[in-house]
Amino acid sequence: MLWSTLLLALRSIERNLLRSFLTVLGIVIGVSAVITMVTLGRGATAAVQAQIAGLGTNLLMIRPGQRMGPGGGGATAPPFKESDAELIAAQISGIVAVAPEARAAVTLVAGGQNWSSSVVGSTNAWLQTSNWTLASGRSFTDAELRAGAAVCIIGTTIQRQLYGGADPLGQQLRVKQMPCQVIGVFKSKGQGSFGNDQDEVVLMPLKTLQRRVTGNTNVNTLLVSMDPTSDTTRVKTALSAQLREMRKLARTDDDNFNVLDTRQLADTMSGTTQVMTMLLGAVAAVSLLVGGIGVMNIMLVSVTERTREIGLRLAIGALEREVLLQFLIEAVVLASLGGLVGVVLASGASVLLAQLMRVPYVFQPDINLLSFVFSAGIGVLFGYFPARRAARMDPIEALRHE
Amino acid sequence: MTATSPFIRLRGITKVYGEGAAAFHALRGVDLDIERGEFVAIMGPSGSGKSTALNVLGCLDRPSGGQYLFMGARVEALSRDDRARLRRRHFGFVFQGFNLLARTSARENVELPLLYRGETAARRRAAAARALQAVGLAGWEHHTPAELSGGQQQRVAIARAIVTEPSVLLADEPTGNLDSQRSHEIMAFLAGLNDQGITVLMVTHEPDMAAYAHRVVRFVDGVVASDERNLRPAAAGSHRAAVAAELS
Repeated sequence: MLWSTLLLALRSIERNLLRSFLTVLGIVIGVSAVITMVTLGRGATAAVQAQIAGLGTNLLMIRPGQRMGPGGGGATAPPFKESDAELIAAQISGIVAVAPEARAAVTLVAGGQNWSSSVVGSTNAWLQTSNWTLASGRSFTDAELRAGAAVCIIGTTIQRQLYGGADPLGQQLRVKQMPCQVIGVFKSKGQGSFGNDQDEVVLMPLKTLQRRVTGNTNVNTLLVSMDPTSDTTRVKTALSAQLREMRKLARTDDDNFNVLDTRQLADTMSGTTQVMTMLLGAVAAVSLLVGGIGVMNIMLVSVTERTREIGLRLAIGALEREVLLQFLIEAVVLASLGGLVGVVLASGASVLLAQLMRVPYVFQPDINLLSFVFSAGIGVLFGYFPARRAARMDPIEALRHE
Repeated sequence: MTATSPFIRLRGITKVYGEGAAAFHALRGVDLDIERGEFVAIMGPSGSGKSTALNVLGCLDRPSGGQYLFMGARVEALSRDDRARLRRRHFGFVFQGFNLLARTSARENVELPLLYRGETAARRRAAAARALQAVGLAGWEHHTPAELSGGQQQRVAIARAIVTEPSVLLADEPTGNLDSQRSHEIMAFLAGLNDQGITVLMVTHEPDMAAYAHRVVRFVDGVVASDERNLRPAAAGSHRAAVAAELS
């Protein structure tokens, strides 16, 4: 009985193919909107998380000033010194690496090519804190670091722009008039989720940068890589205390530095994208509901149109629940087919939009399944009322219906 | 079923539509006994209650009062679904407007009542083929109503009514939408079915058609006004030749 009712429903849908399609268009759009929104939203979340993971895991970024952004890091807050990094590494447990970092905007020249970029001065610890590995060449020797030797390690973008992809090892790179020997090339990290090119990077020993480029002994940032197994809260507390002591702050003074935890940053940013995903998903769900009302509308029309058929079925002995089931199944089959088309459409739309928006595409089985089940549920919900109307008809009056 | 109980017995059946001053008394106390195997024509002017009586007899409608014994069982107070179960077992219906499902093949139309009996697809198909053969439509299984003439459509409807092998066939003006020749063809089929033992109850306002019945019951103002035996009904075979000619 159930099987034949199912076939009956399919036949009825097939007979009015265009109308059936238009009926479920709302559900098709609703389902594909929900799936696409959630898929893209989650892709964006994953991209942000990957980007922050690329900054370095369990990384603390310490800067002078009370907070990041405008107003922070003012002239009143003194910069760090290279010795601060050594002291932190020596004094605080649970830390894997500490890298002092200074940056300067420079023009790079090699082989007659110019390139405006920035250069980082640090130690070998920087490779660890910032998650870099070498594709070729070597890192700095202790002698080079101590003496401030004119050597540098470059990213693949710099390699491509200035050496045309040729092997740059041992070549000269002029950094703000200073000739510098390329001793290593970083392995490519690719594009960051903010659209920035992570491979546009030049690293030289901190002392080299301070003496030959910036002309001071300032360190802009301390990068601290924590042991992932350590208690991060304890490490941060100990670090703050150590920094206050090093910077000779009185008990009543506020911190004149700030500590940014990348894990916190990751949580905040992925939280934001998750909220966005939920909001978009909710808006799309409303359109799914509107689609359901469309199904109810057409099912009511269909029931009225088929009054005589219903009268006949009742007259030849169909039970109330059999007629109810027939129309309910028709609505559910209709809505589910709409859901199925929506799922297929969403896959295409998600892949396409993910590419356009430069967001990674990851198939989301749960939201696909959920949307499909939800569309079938809408069929039950909005098909019940028309089906009950059909089942409750008086066979004599229904047969007389014109 | 006791020996004294007839096949069908109506006692004091009333049917009232509406309430109070607007109430319409369609049936005002109908007494009627019908034996198994009878061919009864129900006649009367419009508004006399003949169609209402047929609906009550076919358990499509529930009487407002009175007693209905069908095969010895009280059926006047049955629930909607119980009446439906009774209909699918014992009654076949033929309507004036054919009431075939549009864009559905003759075979599927005929199979419809079997669907509600839960018959298997193979048995439905076989039974439908037999029923269509019986009404002279073998080979027309895959035609939809739009591809059939009025007479053929009514024959499909008759096949649908007899496919369940009912004990009673109820026909409400079965020839009302047909021309004279097709009407006589249909009547020949009904008379033939009656010959095979099916009780036929038919509402008609055409004396020509009533002539096929063994018994003519006349309704006036919701009561049985006359109940006459037709000693020489028109023979089922009288139009067989015409039917055969059309089928060939």
